[in-house]
Amino acid sequence: MTGAIAGDFAKWLGATPLSHTIQTAGWIIPALQTIHILSIGVLFSAAVIVDLRLWGALQREVPLDDVARRFLPVIWPAVLVLLITGGLLIVGEPRRSLLNTTFYLKMTLLGFALVLTVVLQWSLSAAPEFWDKDRGRRIGARIAATLSILVWCCIIFAGRWIAYTQVG
Amino acid sequence: MMLHVKDLVAFFEDSGVADAIRENDVLFPFIESVHVLAICLVVGSIMAVDLRLLGFASVKRPVSAVTRGILPLTWAAFAVAVASGFLMFISNATKYLGNGFFVAKLCLIAAAGLNMLVFHFISARDQPRWDAQVRLPVPARLAGGISLLLWIAVVACGRWIGFTMEAG
Repeated sequence: MTGAIAGDFAKWLGATPLSHTIQTAGWIIPALQTIHILSIGVLFSAAVIVDLRLWGALQREVPLDDVARRFLPVIWPAVLVLLITGGLLIVGEPRRSLLNTTFYLKMTLLGFALVLTVVLQWSLSAAPEFWDKDRGRRIGARIAATLSILVWCCIIFAGRWIAYTQVG
Repeated sequence: MMLHVKDLVAFFEDSGVADAIRENDVLFPFIESVHVLAICLVVGSIMAVDLRLLGFASVKRPVSAVTRGILPLTWAAFAVAVASGFLMFISNATKYLGNGFFVAKLCLIAAAGLNMLVFHFISARDQPRWDAQVRLPVPARLAGGISLLLWIAVVACGRWIGFTMEAG
């Protein structure tokens, strides 16, 4: 049922003039993918730098909320660029992702990662010492940091795997 | 000389490892995903340093503090990118060497390395004098700008390799 709807939508989307333009000009898809990867680079690095600070692995002499304030806000404009370039890539090749389980897995993981980022950003701006109050919270910080790195890694893996799991 | 390089390339391309990467359906996408992940961290983290050199970000912190907090991550990711890139290369070495974007990518990475060396050994000799300044001397800003452009070009070439390599 949902598969049929996705199929019809993909068919309609693939017939639009914008899709046609993206399909016929060979440079557009690699260019979009390049911008997409650069934005993932910005987002992923910002997340990992904050996660490594949560672990106490890097920038230990800098207060946690200072690192978070410098790097976490970068994530949101990067997400916007990713949604735009990702959206255009779907318009160009609708079947590649809309009929692909890996794509939906990637979007689910993305939702989870963004919620995690919001929680982290919110907790640090509301109470800078939140993650440093006691032993339990310091362990919680490390669990959150590990989870964040793992989920972003899975998202990047899923993104690459879309190319290998597309149907016809 | 050229003959020796060719022998070496053939040696790696004919190795069991290269054979396994060619034959296994999952191995190549897996290595490729690791490569994308590592490149994302290299480019994203180096951008943070470049933007500091250009005076666009982290301007309240001395350059030395920014590089100390971020470059260990950049180098670790670069090592993973080189290792995973090498594995993909040997799986199809002759074809990669015949691909203009692959050769261009290697040259751009070499240029980025040269830019870094020039900065480290020439432009940064008087770093203690301007380390904490917001607006850095021209050579330092130039190093940041060149690095930023080179790494963007590296990612673009990397993506274009995928579209210009013949399958098989």
